[in-house]
Amino acid sequence: MSVSLVDVETVDDGADQAERFRTLAREQLPKLYSIARRLVGGDAEDAVQDCLLRAFQRFGQLREAAAGPAWLTRILINGCRDRGRAIGRSPKQVELDEVEEFSLFRKIAYEDPFPYSDSLHLDFLDEFGSEDVRAVIMELPMLYRIPVVLVYMDGYLAREVANMLDIPLGTVLARLHRGRKLFEKQLWDYADTNGLLRRATR
Amino acid sequence: MITCSEATRQLWEYLDATADEATREAIEEHLSRCRACCGELEFARELRRFLASSAHDEVPDGVLRRLNDTLEELGP
Repeated sequence: MSVSLVDVETVDDGADQAERFRTLAREQLPKLYSIARRLVGGDAEDAVQDCLLRAFQRFGQLREAAAGPAWLTRILINGCRDRGRAIGRSPKQVELDEVEEFSLFRKIAYEDPFPYSDSLHLDFLDEFGSEDVRAVIMELPMLYRIPVVLVYMDGYLAREVANMLDIPLGTVLARLHRGRKLFEKQLWDYADTNGLLRRATR
Repeated sequence: MITCSEATRQLWEYLDATADEATREAIEEHLSRCRACCGELEFARELRRFLASSAHDEVPDGVLRRLNDTLEELGP
């Protein structure tokens, strides 16, 4: 039987609450898993499992059913952030000042990796498969990876991310800016070191 | 008029509509005179599409089954 999420403030027995939670979680599983894959890679399943257990324990705190999806995502994101800290991933150190002035557009035009192309920049992006994009995203420090994934891959607004992370909007915008710059620089470095450019010039 | 460097640094904020009014006007004024930065803008749009289209990971069947098993075990 499908149970709709109408009013989680209603006092009822635990069985109904569990069923409502399951309904919400099942609907959100594909999205939660997708976000987790990009934030913690191969630990995605564990991250979603942790999220489900934590969220179920706190389900009574959810005040509005309509806020359920964002509430679940928030729990997932915070779990992924802790997980990133706990396992001590140390993405490449990047010189942030150097990155600030980097322009992938200009780099591609200058290096001209596709001499016979009339759509140089699009051809560059076409060299990347989904696993390549995932690898580049995973190189971003978690601080920048979270806003970049949520805003540019999952379509959240910057202010929604600010609410999720409990940080000011200006901080999210600054991290998005730096995260994009790092992403552009790492796209080029990844293509260069993984043979995508050599493949293209054959 | 702002420089190319100043304009390109804020192109994504311009596309995201998070740039303030004065910045937006300065960028538009710059773009109306600078073909190179129009190329940067078009590429920024492509890069956004590229990221958005890389978004979805299917949940593998085994993972979905295990996650659903976890949900089934939750109860009062």
